[in-house]
Amino acid sequence: MTTRLFGEAVQRREDPRLLTGGGRYLDDLGSGALEAAFVRSPHAHARIRDIDVSAALDVDGLVAIYTWEDLPERVGRPLPLLIPHPALTHGRTAYPLARDVVRHVGEPVVMVVARDRYLAEDACGLIEVDYEPLKPVVGLEEAVQGAQLVHEDVPGNVGAHLVQEVPSRTGRSAREAIEASPHTLAFRLDIERSASMPLEGRGVYARWDGSDLRVYTSTQTSTSVRMAVAAALGLPLPHVEVIAPDVGGGFGVKIVHPWPEEILVPWAAMRLGQEVKWTEDRREHFISSAHERGQVQHVRVGFDDDGVVNGLDVTILHDHGAYTPYGIIVPIITSTQLLGPYRIGAYRVEFSAVYTNTVQVTPYRGAGRPQAVFCMERTMDKIARYLGKDRTEVRAANFIGPDEFPYDQGMTFQDGRPLIYDSGDYPTMLRMIKELIGWDDFEPAEHRGIGIGCYVEGTGVGPYEGGHVQITSDGRVHVSTGLTSQGQGHETVFAQIAATELGVPIERISVVTGDTRRFGYAVGTFASRAAVMSGNAIALACRKVREKALRIAAEALEADPGDLEIADGLVHVVGTPSASIPLSTVAVLANPLRYAFDEETAKATQFSGTASPDKPPVAEGDEPGLEGRDYYSPIRSTFAAGMHAAIVETDPLTAEIKVLRYAVVHDCGRLINPMIVEGQIHGGVAQGIGGALYERMVYDGHGQLLNASFMDFLMPYVTEIPHIETAHLETPSPLNPLGIKGAGEAGVIPVSAVIAGAIEDAEGIEIDRMPISPSELFDLRNLAGQDAQTPCDDREP
Amino acid sequence: MEHEITLVVNGAARRVRVPGRRLLSDCLRHDLGLTGTHVGCEHGVCGCCTVLLDGEPVRSCLTFAVTVDGHEITTVEGLAGPDGMSAVQRAFAECHGLQCGFCTPGFLCTVTALLRDNPAPTDEEVVEGISGNLCRCTGYQNIVKAVHRAAELIAEET
Repeated sequence: MTTRLFGEAVQRREDPRLLTGGGRYLDDLGSGALEAAFVRSPHAHARIRDIDVSAALDVDGLVAIYTWEDLPERVGRPLPLLIPHPALTHGRTAYPLARDVVRHVGEPVVMVVARDRYLAEDACGLIEVDYEPLKPVVGLEEAVQGAQLVHEDVPGNVGAHLVQEVPSRTGRSAREAIEASPHTLAFRLDIERSASMPLEGRGVYARWDGSDLRVYTSTQTSTSVRMAVAAALGLPLPHVEVIAPDVGGGFGVKIVHPWPEEILVPWAAMRLGQEVKWTEDRREHFISSAHERGQVQHVRVGFDDDGVVNGLDVTILHDHGAYTPYGIIVPIITSTQLLGPYRIGAYRVEFSAVYTNTVQVTPYRGAGRPQAVFCMERTMDKIARYLGKDRTEVRAANFIGPDEFPYDQGMTFQDGRPLIYDSGDYPTMLRMIKELIGWDDFEPAEHRGIGIGCYVEGTGVGPYEGGHVQITSDGRVHVSTGLTSQGQGHETVFAQIAATELGVPIERISVVTGDTRRFGYAVGTFASRAAVMSGNAIALACRKVREKALRIAAEALEADPGDLEIADGLVHVVGTPSASIPLSTVAVLANPLRYAFDEETAKATQFSGTASPDKPPVAEGDEPGLEGRDYYSPIRSTFAAGMHAAIVETDPLTAEIKVLRYAVVHDCGRLINPMIVEGQIHGGVAQGIGGALYERMVYDGHGQLLNASFMDFLMPYVTEIPHIETAHLETPSPLNPLGIKGAGEAGVIPVSAVIAGAIEDAEGIEIDRMPISPSELFDLRNLAGQDAQTPCDDREP
Repeated sequence: MEHEITLVVNGAARRVRVPGRRLLSDCLRHDLGLTGTHVGCEHGVCGCCTVLLDGEPVRSCLTFAVTVDGHEITTVEGLAGPDGMSAVQRAFAECHGLQCGFCTPGFLCTVTALLRDNPAPTDEEVVEGISGNLCRCTGYQNIVKAVHRAAELIAEET
């Protein structure tokens, strides 16, 4: 039996449970708990005049009704601003329950606790909130006009404004470089809102036993929820445990914390002395969690006759919705990742993050990168079109060379560290994607087009993750790490790493994630970081344990540790398999005992004769047990990359858009499990196609979300997703021991850019807004027909 | 007002008292403790809550429990046989047809009925057959593969 499982398509260890109904998702827990429901604002912007709960008091099974006024001072404070930034001069977060003013439809106003959810909703329906409607701010244009304010004390609705400049090597600014270029283009791009939309919404379940609080929540960060809950409720940290059970998808939205419900449900459980649970329903998820995308970009670019970019100047308007709990991470990522695999002469990027009376904007898979890549790849396509060059040729002319790594882009990335690419090979990747899609052999035809998109993705951001590995006296290996899982197969890939490092069959390894009872120090699952961060931490912890195992085994076998290896759970002398000792026995010997509980552990007791009477049973500097803990904290992010290409067909009459082929070349360094990486790519591409062709949040002028259901928000079914062809390139990261880069978000990042390029190629019409529906393409055709006689208006003379 | 009903769930008769408005999904999950059936939208679009009612896939979130009094229901917990997971379940594992697993029970029930009625579906028939179930993780490619693989496994085993 091999234990060298790193790089193998090992079947997932979580599947048997999930395939037989044995998963334990949030709402599967807490049978018999009281249930909460919320009265949420029906207005986008209003002042609360009065809340009348009297009619609800007679509901059978009602337990409690809470408004903001009922909350203790500490609980009622505004939610934390998770990621402060000097440019976020006007950061604002919501109260757990609305205080005086509501700022988006869906904001929680009243919490009701009852015997079950049906009854809690009955009570909600009888609560009367008297609102004085205020004029809402909807859409970026209205927000920047600043005539109406989302927050009275935020002038112009601008929460943050940031300018970043990277001069050329000769010291020229981007604007100077553009002016001095032989060719310039200027244009505007628009990307609408979408959302993570996991099939399991959020949910919280809390139990309080008088001194200790245990909270289960469908989160991407249990350790940070724990700290936030302890702080809000005034509890000592060791008395709070938070567990992420099986989580039905996250895609970014569940990294936000603490949600109002993550504070209020535990608080109610403590106050009532009973278990309380809240499970988000789908409409609540649409109107009270978070959205993303949503940017307008104004672009100016200067380039030479070969398409080499001398200067790029991008001004971004970013719609942040009503609050900024996650800071300005999304526009920062857009600004910094916009440069992609290119060496841009000089770069200036400016963004304004503005408030609107809509659901808050926080990262959704890709986290600002799809907008960035849309901008840069549309720019490359426009340059090629202007110069009459092949689009891949223009890209190649701007690539960072394989011999230029580490490559410093001269900016500060989302981790506060320099934006330095660690490794990559973009020309090879371009060759691979061109071959995979058949770029050079593509026969242009009416209503058929081909598109390409390239991206670089900073993955595995710090500050750190940790791993704990324990081998018990039955020979089993227990691995834990603090970050959480939402379907990425961590139980499998982390076990593969441990099996490879320790020489133990995977069947004897179990992995626990996201449970603060097992591992208390962690950051969370976001930014395609789990494999890089926890994977390396677990490998390092395994190496510690291995070293200890070899040391103890060497004493028992009277051999040199350097002559020992571990295979199939046995430590043996290299070349002499008979001289061996099982890890189970090593684990026993590692823990000197006074009391035995079976034959094996009797070997570690005081009269067994296994320990030297001349030394203390636990040597100075040593610890009992065969276990180890280690952390991985990188100097900076590692940079994965990818290139996608697609062939689309548009219907000449209906303008329906069909993706005929979709190809992906992906480089995430060394692959731990290629089957799982492919699955991540497939899922990302599907979300990208949703974002390119179907998904958008439709707000009316009153701030009502008109399509807050799965009937109207069009997530792709199987019928909308083409077959995805994939190929891998592996340029290992020099930054971490395993040489890996992240893969989680990759698939979604360039899709809008690719599809826009392909539609443009099919139609000969510039595509500058995404998503694009058949009716929008139909309108663009009509417009283009009218404008056929006038020159394209986005080109400067 | 509550009603006493009997559901034959995964082969066992279960008696339960439910209000008239109790959804079948809630009844299965919270009254009978069969939490394998999931609820993703509560308006019949996502298909997570799909169970087999007298062998046919239905949305349990759009069904009142009282309306299926006396009927047979199969949930994901009832798909495995005495020898372990069904061919459909094994094929999903083999082909990596699931990630977070939340939509999976609905797919499994749907596909179980699909392959019973059409043991050797074409690619088109597979796509049509699962076109009422949403998955946000997999991009469907491996689910389609798993359905074909399940058909193969069933053919090999019969």
